[in-house]
Amino acid sequence: MFNRRDFLKAAGASAGVVTLGGCAGGSSKATGHVVVVGGGYGGATAAKYLRMWSNGSVEVTLVERNSEFISCPISNLVVAGEKTLADITVSYEGLKKWGVRVIHDDVVGIDAEKRKIKLAKHGELGYDRAVLSPGVDFMWDAVPALKGADAQSKILHAWKAGPQTVALRKQLEDMKDGGVYALTIPKAPYRCPPGPYERASMVAHYFKTKKPKSKVLVLDANEDIVSKKGLFMKAWGDNYKGILEYRPNSELRDVDVASRTAILEFDKVKADVLNVVPPQRAGTLVAQSGAKLANNRWAEIDWTSMESVNAKGIHILGDSTLSAPLMPKSGFMANQHGKVAAAAILNLLAGEAPSSEVMMSNTCYSFVDAKNVIHVASVHKYDAEKKTMLTVPGSGGVSAARNEIEAGFAMGWAKNIWADMLT
Amino acid sequence: MRKLNFALSMAALALLAGPAAAQQDPNLARNLVANCANCHGTNGKAVPGAGMEPIAGEPKEKLVKKIKEYRSGVRPATVMHQISKGYTDEQIDLIAGYLAVQK
Repeated sequence: MFNRRDFLKAAGASAGVVTLGGCAGGSSKATGHVVVVGGGYGGATAAKYLRMWSNGSVEVTLVERNSEFISCPISNLVVAGEKTLADITVSYEGLKKWGVRVIHDDVVGIDAEKRKIKLAKHGELGYDRAVLSPGVDFMWDAVPALKGADAQSKILHAWKAGPQTVALRKQLEDMKDGGVYALTIPKAPYRCPPGPYERASMVAHYFKTKKPKSKVLVLDANEDIVSKKGLFMKAWGDNYKGILEYRPNSELRDVDVASRTAILEFDKVKADVLNVVPPQRAGTLVAQSGAKLANNRWAEIDWTSMESVNAKGIHILGDSTLSAPLMPKSGFMANQHGKVAAAAILNLLAGEAPSSEVMMSNTCYSFVDAKNVIHVASVHKYDAEKKTMLTVPGSGGVSAARNEIEAGFAMGWAKNIWADMLT
Repeated sequence: MRKLNFALSMAALALLAGPAAAQQDPNLARNLVANCANCHGTNGKAVPGAGMEPIAGEPKEKLVKKIKEYRSGVRPATVMHQISKGYTDEQIDLIAGYLAVQK
């Protein structure tokens, strides 16, 4: 009455329930509560994909400080006066339609042991898995005069899109023609490797068309242009000769706020608009969670799950992670991290091991003037032996030359990735 | 007793089979298509009017041919010739198959 075949079925089924990595199956078996902290490119994507891929079987709470999403990519066009803040702002309403519970609040503490997250105004949240995607925090110790909020409102970073973006635009508009805009770039790694060079290009474009006697001065702590070097240099040589000056090996030591002076090791540079992109580290919450940091800055994670190498149940995404070789700290990459984390978490919540066949891709578009764009692309594959993501040999590359077609693709990319994460 | 022994050994076999089964990720096609979504929209459904080519619901053979033409350089591209070189024939097959059945 109970034949061998039935036995196989019964044994297989029960083993599937009680063991990790049991029988294969869809993620809809996953149940539990995931709390995602940070609704940027990484966190918002993870929240949506957890709901979508689980067919709603997993509860997701997203904790986000801001009431709306404001994109860092494309924000340099706002700085240059080509776009408005509204153009790069997206509501969180779309995520609510996926059944994500969105709480606008600050996290004040996380207890990885008890799996609890404490919020400033909304009490405590218990979780089965937590996803931390807080982006970067600035290392103000490296620019001591900018520690206070008042100083930070005068010498802007505009490296987190929002009020700072609008304020920098205002400073540039208010600057007299013939003035100097100086931009300081920290040593890599930092958020968005080509971003500073795009900003320098777009401010130079603004000056060329509206304030032709003005200058852009790039003070780069790095010994050379970090990303798309040849393409940026070509654009600067062709378009901005006499407007844009690039100085490598120019690490910022401090600033004088009142006189808007950048203090370098051997030099002082006074500007009419001084824009400081400070050195960065993983969002403070990551360190607070007990997750292991490399160099006291970036979280070390398992690339098959995005889980911290030591803080169990805590998955870390985006700019906060210790980047794999040749992997940029980009919004595109954070979106990919969010999907890998979502897939792995659904496996784990269903009692299965995460997949080790992990692929990620990246494309970063940069505007060099109002109409022309350049890109850098890469494809990354998990290497089980080296336990990291490596670029696939022969893949990736940059634009052949700056071109107008990719300006259309850059905006098309933005609209699609915003929809991919938020609607 | 003999039946119980048999049951136990089958359970042990199932345990051994676990990691092997996990390697053949049943969600691989879904996960790979998530790499396309950044530019082409969730499950290949691009935002209308945003200027990106729709890839959801296209015939599988057509998609495979197109991606492989990007990869070989036969079909001109701005970025897809560089992205497609990161994926194997098997992965392209899975991606195209998953996209083709999206409605």
